[in-house]
Amino acid sequence: MRWRTDEYAGWGRVLRANGKMARPEKIAALRATLREQKCPAIGNRRSYGDAALKDGGHVIDMTRLDRMIAFDEKTGILRAETGITIGEITRLMAPRGWIPAVLPGTGFATLGGCIANDVHGKNHHGAGSFGQHVVEIELLGANGRSRRITSDENPDLFRATIGGLGQTGIILSAAIQLTRATSTVMDVRESRADNLDEFMSLLEGSTATYCVGWIDATARDESLGRGILEEAEIREHAVPITEKGAKSVPLDAPRFLLSAPVVRAFNQLYLRRVPPGGRRIDRSMQDFFFPLDRVHDWNRLYGKPGFHQFQCVLPPDSARETLHRMMGKIASSRLASPLAVLKRLGEGRGGMMSFPMEGFTLAVDFPNRRESAGLVQELIDMTLTAGGRIYPAKDSVATAEQFSPMYDERADFAAIANVQDPNRALETDLVRRLNLRNET
Amino acid sequence: MKQSWLILGASSSMARAFARAVAERGADVFLAGRDMDDLRRIANDCRLRGAANAEALKFDARKPKTFDAINDRLAEQDGMLNVAVFVGSMPEQTAIDADPALIDGTVTDSFTGPARFLQGFVPMMEERGGGTVIGISSVAGDRGRIGNYVYGAAKAGFATYLSGLRNRLTRAGGHVVTVKPGFVDTAMTWGLPGMFLVASPESVARDLLRATDKRRDVIYTPFFWRWIMLIIRAIPERMFKKMSI
Repeated sequence: MRWRTDEYAGWGRVLRANGKMARPEKIAALRATLREQKCPAIGNRRSYGDAALKDGGHVIDMTRLDRMIAFDEKTGILRAETGITIGEITRLMAPRGWIPAVLPGTGFATLGGCIANDVHGKNHHGAGSFGQHVVEIELLGANGRSRRITSDENPDLFRATIGGLGQTGIILSAAIQLTRATSTVMDVRESRADNLDEFMSLLEGSTATYCVGWIDATARDESLGRGILEEAEIREHAVPITEKGAKSVPLDAPRFLLSAPVVRAFNQLYLRRVPPGGRRIDRSMQDFFFPLDRVHDWNRLYGKPGFHQFQCVLPPDSARETLHRMMGKIASSRLASPLAVLKRLGEGRGGMMSFPMEGFTLAVDFPNRRESAGLVQELIDMTLTAGGRIYPAKDSVATAEQFSPMYDERADFAAIANVQDPNRALETDLVRRLNLRNET
Repeated sequence: MKQSWLILGASSSMARAFARAVAERGADVFLAGRDMDDLRRIANDCRLRGAANAEALKFDARKPKTFDAINDRLAEQDGMLNVAVFVGSMPEQTAIDADPALIDGTVTDSFTGPARFLQGFVPMMEERGGGTVIGISSVAGDRGRIGNYVYGAAKAGFATYLSGLRNRLTRAGGHVVTVKPGFVDTAMTWGLPGMFLVASPESVARDLLRATDKRRDVIYTPFFWRWIMLIIRAIPERMFKKMSI
């Protein structure tokens, strides 16, 4: 196998790695590559930080092992190689009346990435996390043998693999339970929230299947925490809608694009799209679930230095007070970009290292300026104090000391990973930074 | 009318992207190559993407004995027969310089093997009065360069063969598309130095479908390679021989 030596980065482009990458196109080539060099598998690198990086080492790009293997029309169980993207599964299966039970915010995430990060979607409060709909995983172990694991037969290994950041073996294929979709069009209700308290009440009161909030991270004082709530259901019958074509960002954008006054003005206008009394619109699944995928390489809008995303989940009892303080801090930092999301999460989680917990999750992007990493550090400390968690798929600045107390089962996870991969060949930069293979 | 597509060298990523594209149109897809396990995986994938039927068939450009079974299987199909040829191999020129015997394999994989197969297959297409042959040549066949002139020569030979085949098949109502890809993001080019303007296999597959529908004769993919090669072909030999591009 030929190895490509290159610099590559996570989606946020702040953290980078120099290393060798192989991209097998057949299972036989993958096996041969692993005999030559055991190393972590990566997907489409939609994790923001270093979850898919290995500086000075080797990685295997799985994106060409992307074939569907079997689909049962009666049960809705799809088996596929894990390099296939979740957007491709949706594109192919939705017209046949099925979609993945959980869809993350980008369709470019691979099936393997969705499992390894136990992603969640806009229906987490009802449907739980992605890993809870995984029926079976084909795992290629350090000994070169693959085996199929399920939650019934191998409960510990299964729960260490879901959300396990690729540390228990290479996820070759998986069977996932799809859910019925009556059409490919979403019936979306948008409402304005004038401040954080109103926003949280709306989120708590929502009974919609899919529910997500855009939050204006630049608003202050009495408007602090204002935004737009989107609630949606899959339409019973399709209606014609106009789909926009994909665009791409050809160049790294200049710095002024995301300067504080520009972002504030943009957010004002974005909020005003929705009339004060709210509105109802039809949207394609693609536009509703993967709104940013229309703009390819949108991470380049942050320019060459890249950006940070902070995402936390806060338990219900401390969420209101902590979110007020966080939003105040973010607004006065003048660093926020327009991309900010507030959402309710349920308690569903599929693995030991899964991010979700019952409560509220906040995600905010910050261009990588001098003060950004420090601000995210402070927000992480506030999360820790509030008894919440941060999301490894999004993080690029946390320390092991900050991260460890957030995940109770971390030591059990490390013990299982260390048995499966005794030589620690599957460690990534993220695993090293957060010391996730430490059993104490 | 029912369309059947035979895809030679179906394990390559360009071929796989094309197989998926015709599968989504509901064609019968026959995936021919050497790695049967891989071909069966692609066949399953094609069926799940909408192919009316998909099967894996054994094909080895260097073993003409494998040709008959394919012809026999395709002869059973109703409707139009089509074939897309993706086979080829590109050893490094330095490897060939060290072992000239590699030339035979390169020429067989990239030219004489598929040509010999088509010679037996095309009469079936003529009988049915139509169908399309897609042959993948290469921009490397447009001019012999120091870096890969054996591969280039094989692809040039194949392009000339396709030109003649087009002359023949047109009379029977069929059509031949010669495809000259530039750099495509495949296992063949992965990690090679000097790659630029690299196209995805999916974009190449889209170009092939469009060329088939519009009965184009010779296409470059991505399109701008036509202009790049126009310039490269225009360089006088007396200058070109001193260049290393």
